[in-house]
Amino acid sequence: MAALAPPATTGAAVLHRIGAGPKLLGLCACSVALLAVRSPAGIAAAVAGVAALYALAGLGPRALWSQVRPLRWFVPAVAAVAAVQWWLVGPLAAGVLTTRLVVLVALAGLVTLTTATTAVLGALERALGPSRRVGADPERAALVLALAVRTVPVLGALATRVREAQRARGRERDLRAFAVPLVVGALRQADALGEALRARGLDD
Amino acid sequence: MRVALDDVHVRLGGRDVLRGVTLEITERRVAVIGANGSGKSTLARLLNGLVLPTSGRVLVDGLDTRRRGRDVRRRVGFVFADPDAQIVMPTVAEDVAYSLRRSGLSKRQVAARVVAELERQGLADHADHPAHLLSGGQKQLLALSSVLAADPRLVVADEPTTLLDLRHARAVTERFAALEQHVVLVTHALDLVAGFDRVLVVDDGRVAVDDVPEVAVPAYRRLMGC
Repeated sequence: MAALAPPATTGAAVLHRIGAGPKLLGLCACSVALLAVRSPAGIAAAVAGVAALYALAGLGPRALWSQVRPLRWFVPAVAAVAAVQWWLVGPLAAGVLTTRLVVLVALAGLVTLTTATTAVLGALERALGPSRRVGADPERAALVLALAVRTVPVLGALATRVREAQRARGRERDLRAFAVPLVVGALRQADALGEALRARGLDD
Repeated sequence: MRVALDDVHVRLGGRDVLRGVTLEITERRVAVIGANGSGKSTLARLLNGLVLPTSGRVLVDGLDTRRRGRDVRRRVGFVFADPDAQIVMPTVAEDVAYSLRRSGLSKRQVAARVVAELERQGLADHADHPAHLLSGGQKQLLALSSVLAADPRLVVADEPTTLLDLRHARAVTERFAALEQHVVLVTHALDLVAGFDRVLVVDDGRVAVDDVPEVAVPAYRRLMGC
């Protein structure tokens, strides 16, 4: 899902060429395996392994940081968990737990950076294929995910516009003056998107 | 290409938006102008079956939009004012490819078509970029590329340059002018319609003037009192 990050250098490195399905399965397997790692030495090896994978993909430390950075919003929560762990199991185990979380996010970010959205959606569509027998529509489920990815920056831009309008009128701190236009704008955007999908033959 | 409206009335939300429109369109370049709320956007949406007539009927190459909506939409592409609402896929090439998803083409053929279409619109360098990083004008060109990839015979555009700056508006207008397809363009930019074959002036739910630009545009100005 390269769209969430700066443009991926598609096709350049080894990791880009692995299919989305195997990559997602690999991510699952690595994540489960990581849960079993308890020792500081093991977690250090995991950190080195992820760094090596980034290097293999031709991605530098900056790309790695950009994937892990959003975690800072969760720092209070992570710190609270770490503090409780510290108290319960000691500083070493708390450090292992926290590092494991960062490694997991970095690993998932690596898949994001090296896989085109359509490839992920294609893999998902194939995986959901059997659900067709119970009346589900895998193609539509995949489309919903694509729309969600596409809508994140659109809503981000909308929020910026609303905040600017708010600032222009000197109402920065009024939560309602921010939320109402944002929700109304999002609903209008959804209407327009529905119309566009119909025009492009979604329901035909 | 022949589009026919036969005494079309449209009632939306308790308001008569169109009140008895009968038209036959065969020209390659047709512009629709009119005040806000006059019904011109609804008129445009009738042409691909996005809006169905409350009474009367719309035929596109003999196909009724009410019963053959799917076939009509294959023939008629639609470009909206806000390209952000129209781009459904996260990256540029993926959005164009979405138009070809049921074309029966192989993966390689789809990729080739996408590249060709993006090259034509000057977007080839952006193929793998996220759509939200494009400028407003580039987004509108992407929306046009995605519509053209499906190979329609008629392109309907509802104020495609309204949100664009002068330079991008001109670029988008030039692309429209160069299309081999038939075009129905809804616009407020009166200077854009000079080269068109026919101009419809919509006023209060009816086609008030139906003539060449030299006659229709001055008539519209008189109608608006400016």
